[in-house]
Amino acid sequence: MQAFAYGHATDIAKALVAGGARDTVFLAGGTELLNWLRLGIAKPERVIDIAQLKGLAGITRLSDGGLRIGATTRLNDVALNEDVARQYPVLSEAILKSASAQLRNLATIGGNPLQKTRCGYFRAEEGLPCNKRTPGSGCSALHGINDKHAIFGWSEACVATQPSDPATALAALDAVYVTAHRDGGRRINAGDLHTLPGDTPQIDNTLRDGELIVGIELVGAAPQSAYLKLRERESYEYAVVSAAVALDLEGDRIIRARIALGSVAHKPWRLAETERALAGVAVSNTSAIGNAIDVSFAAAKPLEHNAYKVQLAKNATARTIRLAVAKAPS
Amino acid sequence: MEFRSHLAVALRVNGRHHEVTVDARTTLLDLLREHLELTGTKKGCNFGECGACTVHLNGRRVNGCLILAASAEGAEVTTIEGLADDGKLHPVQQAFIDQDAFQCGFCTPGQVMSAVALLREGHAKSATEIREWMSGNLCRCASYPQIVSAVQAAALQEGGS
Repeated sequence: MQAFAYGHATDIAKALVAGGARDTVFLAGGTELLNWLRLGIAKPERVIDIAQLKGLAGITRLSDGGLRIGATTRLNDVALNEDVARQYPVLSEAILKSASAQLRNLATIGGNPLQKTRCGYFRAEEGLPCNKRTPGSGCSALHGINDKHAIFGWSEACVATQPSDPATALAALDAVYVTAHRDGGRRINAGDLHTLPGDTPQIDNTLRDGELIVGIELVGAAPQSAYLKLRERESYEYAVVSAAVALDLEGDRIIRARIALGSVAHKPWRLAETERALAGVAVSNTSAIGNAIDVSFAAAKPLEHNAYKVQLAKNATARTIRLAVAKAPS
Repeated sequence: MEFRSHLAVALRVNGRHHEVTVDARTTLLDLLREHLELTGTKKGCNFGECGACTVHLNGRRVNGCLILAASAEGAEVTTIEGLADDGKLHPVQQAFIDQDAFQCGFCTPGQVMSAVALLREGHAKSATEIREWMSGNLCRCASYPQIVSAVQAAALQEGGS
């Protein structure tokens, strides 16, 4: 691990100024950053520890009934919060299926969506060709071991996926990431935080240098929402495919469906066409739901070893819709 | 803001105050093992994947390899060495022995620390729940059935005491 200097932030304004310097990173839970440092994925000169910054942790109610979750709130504290579990079961479930109990006591809700891909070539200790690690070096996964890789939105330069379960749930909930920056903060819709790889797969998200997520806002409530995570072992494993669904129902009819899939693309993948096709469909009409799901999968482009993920993701979507329907309305 | 590549860290470990000067890269795990010679906490993967380094930080279980020592400034840390009460094993330690819940023993300190926290969190209501909330601790000897039995036995004892 390359040497760095550590700074303990006690004032957010000063932390943002310091965070704008070159080769400087923020540290919150540390469950990703420490591994990046070990692998050489990040080689900062300075590390700013923001975990103890006042006002960045905790969950508060918004005037419209929604919730604001402070960025440094630990994952377990978000998932087990009664308001979160009642109003946004999809988020609570996604978090509790993430990592392990002890990791969730460290990892923060603001940091988790910024985790990087689990692509084995990207994380290789021996430094294999990877356009994310070394732009221009090529993508080892494109024609290599790619059974866990993207089926949507990939490019010749990168076929990696974003693995975050909470980010997938937040995308389905149309959450807003609230940021701070020395030149002023902004609000980023969950769908706009992560980027597709294109020709610049080394870029994961739209945050500027020195920009810090300080909170996440959730509007309204989504009691009829659910998260399904399919993986190769029952617990403590990344998803092969995951699905986050939030439904608005009137009787047995779908008024609005919001669906995001995880681990199928470089960002949480909303099924916009499927959502539109589901409006007005009865929850008992399985063939109409199946047809609606198929519409968004017309854009799926499986790689050599991951064609199975297309059917798996379709099935996961249908099953998660059923799970959401089964939830109590409020 | 002030940045340091070496810094003094003050914290309490198993009820004793310590002040140690460390390189900024030092993890809590390495502080415990290399500076305080508390080698009961094990270094397995050093990537947060195995749970062998599980300790309690301010009463909550965490992976010691994923937190910088500097971030633990002022913290209260409990390790496997701090569980026994004046030579008398903690009920979870005793249950691991009684239920034969280990073979090589390398993962055991982390398993025990995780189980103690799990009981405090109230996640021992069923074998399924125990398996889920213990999933962050891998056992390559695959003593999993006995580990679940040990946690259940400790939970029963706790409930009955």
